[in-house]
Amino acid sequence: MLGNLAYDIAHLLGGGVLLISFMLLYQRRLAAVINAFAMQGVLVALAAAWQGIAQGEPGLFLTAAIAFAAKAVAIPLALRLVLKRLDLEGSAEPALGIGATMIGGVMLVALAILVVLPATAGAHALAREDLALALSVVLLGMLMMISRRNAIAQVIGLMGVENGLLLAAIGAAGMPLVVELSTAALVLMLAVVAAVIALLMRERLQSLDTQALHRHRGEQG
Amino acid sequence: MGDHRATPPAVLTALLTLLAALLALAAVGAVRASRTAGVVHAGTAAVCGGFCAVAVLALVLPAAPALALPFGPFWGPSMVALDGLSAWFLLILGLSGGASSLAALGYGGGAMPARLLVPWPLFLAAMALTLAAADAFTLLLGFEAMSLASWALVAAEHDRAENRRAARLYLVFAIFAAACLIPVVGLLAIGPEAVGFAALRETPPEGLRATLILGLVLAGAGAKAGLVPFHAWLPLAHPAAPSHVSAVMSGAMTKVALYVMARVLFDLCGPAQPLWWGAPLLALGAASALLGALRANMEEDSKVLLACSTIENIGLIVMAMGLVLAFRGADLAPLAALAAGAALLHALNHGVFKTLLFLGAGAVLHAALTRRLDSMGGLIRPMPWTAAAVMVGAGAAAALPPLSGFASEWLLLQSLLAGWRTGALGFQITVAAATAIAALSAALAAAAMVRFVGMAFLGRPRTPRAAGASEHPGAERIALVGLAALTVAFGILPAPLLDLAAGGVRLLSGGAGRPVMAALGLAAGDGAARLWPAGVFLLLALIAGAVVVALRARGARGFTTGPAWACGFMAPPPHLPFGDPLTQPSAAGLAQPLRRMLGGALLGAEERVTMPDPGDPRAATIATCAEDPAFPYLLAPLARLRDALAGTAERLRDLSIRQCLMLSFSLLIAMLALVAVLERG
Repeated sequence: MLGNLAYDIAHLLGGGVLLISFMLLYQRRLAAVINAFAMQGVLVALAAAWQGIAQGEPGLFLTAAIAFAAKAVAIPLALRLVLKRLDLEGSAEPALGIGATMIGGVMLVALAILVVLPATAGAHALAREDLALALSVVLLGMLMMISRRNAIAQVIGLMGVENGLLLAAIGAAGMPLVVELSTAALVLMLAVVAAVIALLMRERLQSLDTQALHRHRGEQG
Repeated sequence: MGDHRATPPAVLTALLTLLAALLALAAVGAVRASRTAGVVHAGTAAVCGGFCAVAVLALVLPAAPALALPFGPFWGPSMVALDGLSAWFLLILGLSGGASSLAALGYGGGAMPARLLVPWPLFLAAMALTLAAADAFTLLLGFEAMSLASWALVAAEHDRAENRRAARLYLVFAIFAAACLIPVVGLLAIGPEAVGFAALRETPPEGLRATLILGLVLAGAGAKAGLVPFHAWLPLAHPAAPSHVSAVMSGAMTKVALYVMARVLFDLCGPAQPLWWGAPLLALGAASALLGALRANMEEDSKVLLACSTIENIGLIVMAMGLVLAFRGADLAPLAALAAGAALLHALNHGVFKTLLFLGAGAVLHAALTRRLDSMGGLIRPMPWTAAAVMVGAGAAAALPPLSGFASEWLLLQSLLAGWRTGALGFQITVAAATAIAALSAALAAAAMVRFVGMAFLGRPRTPRAAGASEHPGAERIALVGLAALTVAFGILPAPLLDLAAGGVRLLSGGAGRPVMAALGLAAGDGAARLWPAGVFLLLALIAGAVVVALRARGARGFTTGPAWACGFMAPPPHLPFGDPLTQPSAAGLAQPLRRMLGGALLGAEERVTMPDPGDPRAATIATCAEDPAFPYLLAPLARLRDALAGTAERLRDLSIRQCLMLSFSLLIAMLALVAVLERG
């Protein structure tokens, strides 16, 4: 009975993470993107905690705590501060339309399922579906990185990728804690670097559009 | 894999000790290069003598099980073993390397830079490792080390632009060979998932996989052996390298490449391959033989000429190997053994006489300071030992009985003439054409050798430097005379040599049969042609003796000089101490008949005559040019393709960040889709 419940709740949380990945794709307002990202962080942290209960692995609670502190609190707050400093709180920026996003995202999810499910035949069902969800989140994060032009939105796409990786890592029983800790540390460093770059770009180029960087490359072919 | 607990056979232990000694010699060469040239070369000569001893022991004693080394790639130990085939090629390496080391000891003196001394032992060690390898990884390791070390030797004299170009081209072909041979190992190891020869032998490839392996091995090993159309590096790299290096490259390295070809195609691909497998080898071999022999007649540089002759001889050996494959496919084991005997014997004979010729060219280079045939002439008087030895080698290259080249080319022609017995019409026609080409190539090779010896050693010196040449006594002379003696001995005694090669012949011909042999002689089959080289030798000696006796008996006592008409070749007048150059043929002039007959079609040779108008005092000129077809038809299109690809790749550098991301994202999606499709199927 508990086995079924563990499976259902893990599935629910993973599905929630995936759903928010879709939301991230089509949100136009940066503030809303950051909110959605914070929600995704909360869900990832919950998923990690639930896996800690289901697998009886106390290390995962530490992972959950770090994920919550970093992704649900610290990074969204920092990004909001950046927005405030750059006076971008109300601004909108182009994103894909809802229809296109949905179609592209669903195709990516289908691809992820097609790849993962046959490849992991024989593994535990929970691990298999978790892995399919995680790969979908990774792919959607990448899609966000290439469909957005704003530096902050691109960074959030990258962190979405990282959320997917974390989801995969917590699903796999026996993954050493150090892997999760080091990815968490990596993502924090990434946030710091991204904030600095965003501030510098704003200061020097008066824009957060990464296309603007193209004109300033060192060597032109 | 062999039995790991078997006591290490003494022969293999000795071989490994010799390899370690070569590594130590490389270290010695690196430490105090200016003073250690003698030590290094004496050491490599001794080690090569050890190779010969090990090879003969391995050929005589029963084969020992493979020996697992205590190190290797992460999936298992490296294995070494010696069987009839590898020991035979080790013998070639020992003879060629030993003589070349002796010669280097002779003309090296004390001053040789470390960039020559360090790669030289490594080069020899890498070739020996390739031959001793009993798993595919060690084989590739040795082969690539051989490529790299020989590249360092080709590039050693890099202060000249043409040497740099040769080294670059050599490296490109070495990389190409690696790019072909590494996938071969992958293809072979699909079934057994192990790279030991014993494991690979148990699951021979079939169908498309086998065909792919055939193509890749022909390209990869052929590029190293100098097989047409991958021969372009050979006439450039041999003159660029020092003479003792080019001697070993020609005498032994090309044979190591042929060994790899034989090992993969004849041994690892199993005994059951179709008859048509012989056809590509036969065709490429015939093309190499013809092109090499023809180019040898055109070249005006002694070492380029010899390199082209190497292409020809490699072609002959590959033709014999193609015949072995065809006879195996047609279940004609005795004929396969005959052709295998021809291939192995010619590999050994060519290894010896080509080393001799290159060392002779090196001796001439050091004495007369030139490689141009047009600057030599009359060297037989200042350099009688070199001249005699080179004439023996050239006689063998021209397949004159009773020298070594004759016996092996006789076997090759006999097996070609038996080619109709395969029964397949298409193959019979191919063999008929190949026979004609082999005969033509042999004749062209003889013409090339006549031209080489005549231009270099006969006639009158064409330059003061050639007139003032002098011979070095010592180690170099020992090497030349020793090789010449071997050339004569191998020519008189091919049958005992084939006895020694029986293990290799059995391996090549697919387990059964060995060439039919009369006592001390060769026979191409029951009731077919027979050759008794010792008899030929006795007959020739008898005739020569009779001529001498007759001349002594009936000729005039002493000699007198008197006026003679000598076709316009007059004694040097006082104002021209070296004679009128116009009274002696030039290298280009000697090549003219063949250039006009065959050069136009095969080498795109052209002659441009500039005839001044009547009354114009300028001299008329004739300019000739010829180009190897590999350059316009293979290398130039490849260079264009490279430029086009580079231009396309250059455009990628101009992408924006998002486009770069999109590129990797699309690639990831494509690969995931591929995985999904493959999992379905």
